[in-house]
Amino acid sequence: MKSAARIRPAAYLVLLVASLTAPLVFSNYVTQLAFLWVMVLFALTWDLLGGQMGYNSFGNIVFFGIGAYACAVVQRDWGLGYAPGLAVGMLAAAVLAVGAAAVLGAAILGLRGHYFAICTLGLGIAAGELAAGFDFIGAGSGLVTPVFPGEIDERNLVYYYLFLALAAAAFLTLRWLYSRQFGLGIRAIRDNEDKAEAMGIHTTRYKIAAWCVSAFFLGLSGAGVGNLIGFIDPRDVAFAASTFGVWMVLMAILGGSVSIWGPAIGAVVFHVTQELFWTYLLGWQRVALGLLIVVIVVFFPQGITGWLRTRWPALFGNVPVGAPGAAEGDAEAVP
Amino acid sequence: MDSIGILLSAPWLMLQLAVDGVLIGALFALAAYGMALVWGVMNIINIAQGEFVMLGGFVTLFVAQAGYHPLLLGVPASAVALFVLGWIIYRLIIFRIVDGDLFISILATFGISILLQQLANQLFGADVRTVSADLGSVALFGGNLVVGWIKVIAFFAALLLGAGLFLFLKFSRLGQAIRATSQNSRAARILGVDTDRVYAATYAINAAICGAAGGLVVMTWFTHPFLGLPYTVRSFMIVVVAGLGNLMAVLWAGLGLGIAENYAGFILGAEFQAAFIFLLLVVILVWRNHRLARRRMVLK
Repeated sequence: MKSAARIRPAAYLVLLVASLTAPLVFSNYVTQLAFLWVMVLFALTWDLLGGQMGYNSFGNIVFFGIGAYACAVVQRDWGLGYAPGLAVGMLAAAVLAVGAAAVLGAAILGLRGHYFAICTLGLGIAAGELAAGFDFIGAGSGLVTPVFPGEIDERNLVYYYLFLALAAAAFLTLRWLYSRQFGLGIRAIRDNEDKAEAMGIHTTRYKIAAWCVSAFFLGLSGAGVGNLIGFIDPRDVAFAASTFGVWMVLMAILGGSVSIWGPAIGAVVFHVTQELFWTYLLGWQRVALGLLIVVIVVFFPQGITGWLRTRWPALFGNVPVGAPGAAEGDAEAVP
Repeated sequence: MDSIGILLSAPWLMLQLAVDGVLIGALFALAAYGMALVWGVMNIINIAQGEFVMLGGFVTLFVAQAGYHPLLLGVPASAVALFVLGWIIYRLIIFRIVDGDLFISILATFGISILLQQLANQLFGADVRTVSADLGSVALFGGNLVVGWIKVIAFFAALLLGAGLFLFLKFSRLGQAIRATSQNSRAARILGVDTDRVYAATYAINAAICGAAGGLVVMTWFTHPFLGLPYTVRSFMIVVVAGLGNLMAVLWAGLGLGIAENYAGFILGAEFQAAFIFLLLVVILVWRNHRLARRRMVLK
């Protein structure tokens, strides 16, 4: 095996070509492939708080839902055409989601650890319940998004590339953020928040900023997903705490948070497994989901990348000092 | 806000809501006491708490459907069945995470909660179901206040169970071992307490009293597979407000929550009752954090 540094550019190129041509090759599965990128985005944005910062949020779905509703309301009420409506709607979705993250973050990111986790759990469900009682956005009967002007296949393709672009943007943004002081700051918060604070890191600012980044991408993806599905149900699409909301946590943990690739890999593995085998479970999917969470959390908490790192440390640049071949960075030489 | 006007013009209705709130509040307090026990002894926040209440309801329902008395046989059967289930869950899953990260335990019990909820949904169906204990009701103050006997019985049964658990922890051999483990598990182990057994017993006892609470809930109100999470959240709120290991405060917080929820359900309408519970959780946690933050300097 070659060292990670040498295979990396080639890997990116292969990935790029594969993702650009995938909908043309598997033209029957464009919607499923589009959702693959949504899942990658979910896992990446969850990992920003849950994995890197140590703030495990069960309520990130709130920003997704806010984005979905904001975009749909703009498209419904402002009388723009389809494309301008979608563009303005997505802008509104991003602004509202980030605004909500800033306000909610200022209020509840002061909570520590498990209090934060349970608070966000309540927040996610409360959002769905409130949306289901709010007549302006269709209450419990949901909201229908405008019909795409064109063929269904064309629509799926457009949204595939939209989600691909969003996931790629999220990936690159997060990779850039993690490589900067911001990344060090949020990891310091994860490792020891009191110490980080004592060292002069403005922990609350970092936490709010991280949640805003997360909300930005979730809001945009919510806007897109609302339009791709064509119908926004308050509890099953927008604030789908028991599907999307749980999946994000599961995918990020499945992938492990050793590197930014962790959540992406976890999302791909989970989504592909789900699309291939889920239909055979005949209504037992959610039982399997609960079982899967327990099994992963209890028996496999380090995730796929964590396992890879213990197996092939050189892939992650962690070559033990004094190991034979350490200078060349050859993974095979490491016991 | 018409409903506030109705409420203000009808003092008997206000009293009725408050009495109903107090009567259900005792059941909330019972489940919360179990959560505080597990939290205090094992340092685990059991998200599956509400699912134990829900399953306890189903056990009583099945006992009643089999033709036995739901109160005399159903509630004890719920407690026993859930005790066994709690023990099994401890032996399969919980013992692996007792000493681990607190968040791992939240996620694992969250997984257990989804698992039990969806299993109940698959096996028993999603219908809202109830058991009638056929005890009738009593009209007080010339019919202005109507209270079902079963609610009164459930209230006192919850108080009795809570008191029984308190005495058990205080005086029995196992109860003393549980308290010793909660104070210092290492020291307890050195002094010969089998802490693994203590943890198993604690978790199973918690499941059992939740099961009993669920049996009482299904007779006074109803059960369905998705009932769990609101009960977990209620228990968590009560424990957060009351603090760990303070039985009377748990009871008062539970009664207060019952009253608040009944009033909110009437004023906001039934469709916002769930939203009220979950938002109240957020408000309580933010308020608690605000109070804590005032005592220390925080960088902003």
